[in-house]
Amino acid sequence: MKISKEKFGQSFDALAAEYQVIAPVRDAGGVSYKAVKKFSEVKQDYLNSKLPPKSFFFPQHEKLLSYKKEGKDVTVKNELNVEKTILFGIRPCDAKGFLLLDKVFKNDQYRDPYYFERRDNTIVIGVACHKIAPTCFCSSLGLSPASSAGSDIFLIDLGDSYQIEAISDNGKFLMAGLEGLEELSTEEQTLVDTIKSAETTSKVDVSTITTKLDKMFDNPYWDTLHEKCLSCNACSFSCPTCHCFDISEEVLKNEGSRVRTWDGCMAPLFTLHGSGHNPRDQKKSRWRQRMLHKFNYFVHNNGDIACVGCGRCIKNCPVNLDIRQTIDGVNKAELVVD
Amino acid sequence: MEQNPYIPITMKLIKNLCETEDKLVNTFTLAFLNKEDEENFKYMPGQFAELSAYGHGEAPFGIATSPTEPGIIKFSVAKVGCVSNALHLMEEGTMVGVRGPMGNYYPLEKFKGKNLVIIGGGFAFTTLRSMAVYMLDEKHRADYGDITVIYGARNPGLLLYKEELAEWETNPNINLITTIDKPAEGWNKHVGFIPTIVGEVAPSAVDTYAVVCGPPVMIKYTLPVLEKLGFTPEQIYTSLEMRMKCGLGICGRCNIGPKYVCKDGPVFSMAELKELPSEY
Repeated sequence: MKISKEKFGQSFDALAAEYQVIAPVRDAGGVSYKAVKKFSEVKQDYLNSKLPPKSFFFPQHEKLLSYKKEGKDVTVKNELNVEKTILFGIRPCDAKGFLLLDKVFKNDQYRDPYYFERRDNTIVIGVACHKIAPTCFCSSLGLSPASSAGSDIFLIDLGDSYQIEAISDNGKFLMAGLEGLEELSTEEQTLVDTIKSAETTSKVDVSTITTKLDKMFDNPYWDTLHEKCLSCNACSFSCPTCHCFDISEEVLKNEGSRVRTWDGCMAPLFTLHGSGHNPRDQKKSRWRQRMLHKFNYFVHNNGDIACVGCGRCIKNCPVNLDIRQTIDGVNKAELVVD
Repeated sequence: MEQNPYIPITMKLIKNLCETEDKLVNTFTLAFLNKEDEENFKYMPGQFAELSAYGHGEAPFGIATSPTEPGIIKFSVAKVGCVSNALHLMEEGTMVGVRGPMGNYYPLEKFKGKNLVIIGGGFAFTTLRSMAVYMLDEKHRADYGDITVIYGARNPGLLLYKEELAEWETNPNINLITTIDKPAEGWNKHVGFIPTIVGEVAPSAVDTYAVVCGPPVMIKYTLPVLEKLGFTPEQIYTSLEMRMKCGLGICGRCNIGPKYVCKDGPVFSMAELKELPSEY
């Protein structure tokens, strides 16, 4: 089915009265996802946002609880407040990222209510990529510039209209309220097929990386790889699947809140014990952790590689470390036999 | 409504007791405020909890009491950081937050019918104390064979739970061996490092499990001694420490390979640890 952008825009504006609608907009930093009221504010032609939209489920900084102390007593208040939200214009890599984060925030024992309250109250509208950046390599990770996994509704931009498809039940529910759905013309169908068959030009081979890494913890490959890394965590913060966080307190006299903030495994303090011992005190071990977590530990625990090929870590790294080269390096590394 | 694992229950600090001569380890006794909280806090020896000092933060500590001691839980905590300092200075009667219980526990079902050698060093004796008290409880004592505790500290003043140790000395249900690193006035028991004393006591490995907790260097030198006595990696358990935040296997910092110490541990057998990278 398709819908003209004019009709879609009218429905979008109507939904913005009912939902908090987050969409890509142009700002000083490039393109960011922000709350909008009108479809006309939405940036249509963009590669991807500078930072991943994971922050709408897992904010960079959020209150978990607040408390007030009076003498020896304390009252504690849960700070979980969620709005009904539509996330519009999410790229396939980031939508897949949500599916991977779902596996982190729910495990065999616990379910994170802050993440899932937001997740359960959000509808994701994905949009296929028209342009592909040289740093994009999603096609190597089971995705493509037009894969709909993780979206509730998926759009393909056809110029004056969108090809529109409901992917989930939530998507069907929202799509049922849209007016002006039409059939695609033969020419449009051909265009859709072309976009759907597109692949990223940049590629890596991850077919054997997990089993190879099983045998590489002590491999000399890690000895030099990390040398130019500044431990700045730009890679983790810009990664749609990185989920590590810190919990700390913000205090003002007798009141305060417990907050969680993004953290990352590149920081030496991340694993520092109270005793002074630090299991990952070397940059080498932190780099190895990043790679092993994404391409080995995550696969063992959740059955999927924790990389979606968005290329943000490549774009944002101040010293041009490129995860694609690291993957190639692992593939080429010689195994050390004891 | 689904329980929010980030919201602590409130408990009252009813006793803040200095345990050691160097004044670096205190035992906090916390009382449940109501039956409901206590019933929801069903734990086993070896588990830990996140303890909140509001205004300072929260940190994970092993539970030093046994579930056979109702109404309260205790933590013995060394003063090393922001949260532990705040707790040490806290006045009795103050309300604190507790999240838990968390993690796995000593495999007490597997230990049934077996002898136990419990080896502890310094202030890493807390969850070992929990386990010993649990097994000594009249409801459980018959489930286990001989219980030998080998516990050492640098000097007599640094041993935890001194009154209880004195009671165990004369208790026929438990064989307690205490040791200090160097001779000290008034000390008539063992002198020597834990690995040496374990070698001297030479517990039999037949039908026996060993549980070892202590500083890494103690563990490192005790393992070969146990091995020589015939203990296999499957017969040796330990409990690990890691920097933790969430305690739920989500925040990502306490992993050893694919395992999270908070959720998949903190108790591991040496056989399990051998399968993991040596990054702890």
